[in-house]
Amino acid sequence: MTALTPALTPTLMPTLMPTDAERDGKPLVSYWLIKAHIVAAALFLLLSMTAGFLYSLQFLGYYPFGDSEVLSAGHIRFIHTNMTAYGWLVNGFVAMMYYVVPRLTGFRVCGEGLGKLIFWVWQLIVVAALGGFFMNCAQAIEWGETPTGFRPGTFEPNWIPVDLLVVVGAVLLVVQFFTPLYKARGQKYYVTLWYFTAGLVWLALTYLMGNIIPEWILPGAAGAATTGMFIHDLVGLFVTPMGWGLMYFFVPLILQKPIWSHSLSVIGFWALAFFYPLNGVHHFLISPIPDYVEYGAIITTIAIEVVVTTVVVNFFATLRGKWSALRTNWAIRWYYAGAIMYFITCLQCAFQVTWMFQKIIHFTDWVVGHAHMIMFGVFTFWLFGTIDWLWPRITRRKWHSEKLRAWHFWLSTIGIVIMFTDLMIAGLIHGFMQKGLNPWNDILDMSVPFWWIRSFSGAMFVTGLLCFLYNLVMTARSNELYVEEEHLVPATAE
Amino acid sequence: MERFYTFIFAAGLGCFALAFVLSLVFPVISLGKYEAMEFRDLEDLAAVPKAEFVELAARYPEAFESAFGTRTATPAAYAEALQLGRDIYVGQGCWHCHSQFVRPTSNEAQRFGPVSVAQEYNNALNLPHIWGTRRVGPDLIRTHGKHTNDWHIAHFMNPKNIVPSSVMPSYKYYFEEDGTPRKNGFSLVAYIQWLGTAYEDLPESVKQENEQ
Repeated sequence: MTALTPALTPTLMPTLMPTDAERDGKPLVSYWLIKAHIVAAALFLLLSMTAGFLYSLQFLGYYPFGDSEVLSAGHIRFIHTNMTAYGWLVNGFVAMMYYVVPRLTGFRVCGEGLGKLIFWVWQLIVVAALGGFFMNCAQAIEWGETPTGFRPGTFEPNWIPVDLLVVVGAVLLVVQFFTPLYKARGQKYYVTLWYFTAGLVWLALTYLMGNIIPEWILPGAAGAATTGMFIHDLVGLFVTPMGWGLMYFFVPLILQKPIWSHSLSVIGFWALAFFYPLNGVHHFLISPIPDYVEYGAIITTIAIEVVVTTVVVNFFATLRGKWSALRTNWAIRWYYAGAIMYFITCLQCAFQVTWMFQKIIHFTDWVVGHAHMIMFGVFTFWLFGTIDWLWPRITRRKWHSEKLRAWHFWLSTIGIVIMFTDLMIAGLIHGFMQKGLNPWNDILDMSVPFWWIRSFSGAMFVTGLLCFLYNLVMTARSNELYVEEEHLVPATAE
Repeated sequence: MERFYTFIFAAGLGCFALAFVLSLVFPVISLGKYEAMEFRDLEDLAAVPKAEFVELAARYPEAFESAFGTRTATPAAYAEALQLGRDIYVGQGCWHCHSQFVRPTSNEAQRFGPVSVAQEYNNALNLPHIWGTRRVGPDLIRTHGKHTNDWHIAHFMNPKNIVPSSVMPSYKYYFEEDGTPRKNGFSLVAYIQWLGTAYEDLPESVKQENEQ
């Protein structure tokens, strides 16, 4: 047994604890759980991206399943967004938490059996949601289309109650990860754990609020305020905290230097917690929701941009003096490419949230570009980076092909830049044509070339992903053993 | 400060609760004070079947009977059609390409019709609301009376025949080959033709104030 080292040095930098670290005679980290979640995440991402690409063909007139009610384009769109949220991001982040939380707290998660249960509950959620979409049982809540299992506004069952399962899944995650967090309550928490703790509380609350209130209690404008908050909180209070949590863990670990400023991390976290939930209504601006509520959402959204700047500055200041890592380390490359795009998206957000911009860009492709930049260009990039770093360490095999790693990165990066720029321009033209009272036919004709470019960039993502998946499989099957980089091996392991 | 309970109670629960009050409880209180803000249930909405629905029943008596068990457009049949139509509208993701609110900006009132007011959404067919966030196709909340039933059936069967540049999928599986609607087809047309009637039903004073 290797002795347990404190997970954090006094300078607030995570150390890489040896992979065979134990607690009470059992391994500290359950690697098979990480592997299972990564594999599920990767498969659902493939499904999601394929669905996204197929959906884009509808706009070009080449959608292959147009005659089928079950495989209609509308259903495929649900699959695209929901597989990303619940199949890819949740599985990916859970895998990361299994790696990070025991290492930072020094305690094992609640249980491996519970881990197995959580794994199957979440896969059931995703598959049941998929079935529900095919059965026309989607719920009219963006990003929460997962079926309630009841006919709208009633309690007549029509499908598996997926919403309920998501809440169960979220509560199980709380049990699983709050066990080590609670045992470590005497310690001073590292930044990553702030985000994970709060993020896990927020996930269950957000889901309950967003899927019950507008469905049964508040119709119309008040319901719109709720679903606006739901769309935003799912991104801002679950995906973002998880994403930053893993950035705060892996970046200092890989660079082997502490985060530049602890104070900036404190500001970043508390300002996110305070401002982010207040942003929700900005998804329905200039709408029948009372104006003062919209003003509040606009002001807090602009405030978020200030916070984002502090966090991004903190990370780039951490990189100072280690710029070469951008060339030598794929994970760092993914992380910082993602961080740059995070800054761009949030800067864009500070402008687009104003009424002046909303008049033009709302309802257009601009928003679609924005959503892809944040979900693919930022959080998916960060998960790619993390998997790229973790996979050799949990399979103990060397990456099969360096070339495929490079192809994956460059196809994804160039692809998202093309898509973002393309949709931004298309959105602006659409917005002005709409304001100019141009016939709707003309707006569609104008959009078609942009939609071709969008499909092309989507195909780049899918190709990159296929390179990645092939590389993952071949690595796991390879015989070449991975040896940990020397500077990462902690002194206590010797 | 950097302890377990701080993050659970101050960040996790506290900040969330604050937002819940400011961006949800406050608007609910404000909206509740609007004139004519009473909630309308499905029975109320379907009490007097709209002319378009009556016309559907008269036009396709046999298909209508096999779908709804009656040859006349009764309130019960109308309620059933509206709910089913909305279910299809939601289940097929129509709301991802069509919005359902007209904004007081970007000349939208000129293109679509009167600006939306909160009152017209306070009914059973807006649980949850389907305002949408994208307009690949035009806004639909002022659809009632814009086109005939025939126009809608032809459009659902092959949108390109009516709007040459349309990218909307065909929904021909909800209709027989000659255009006679099946149950889902009746319901979809009934629901689309219903959109906007909740505004029309509002008291004149509310509409006048809005359209000034």
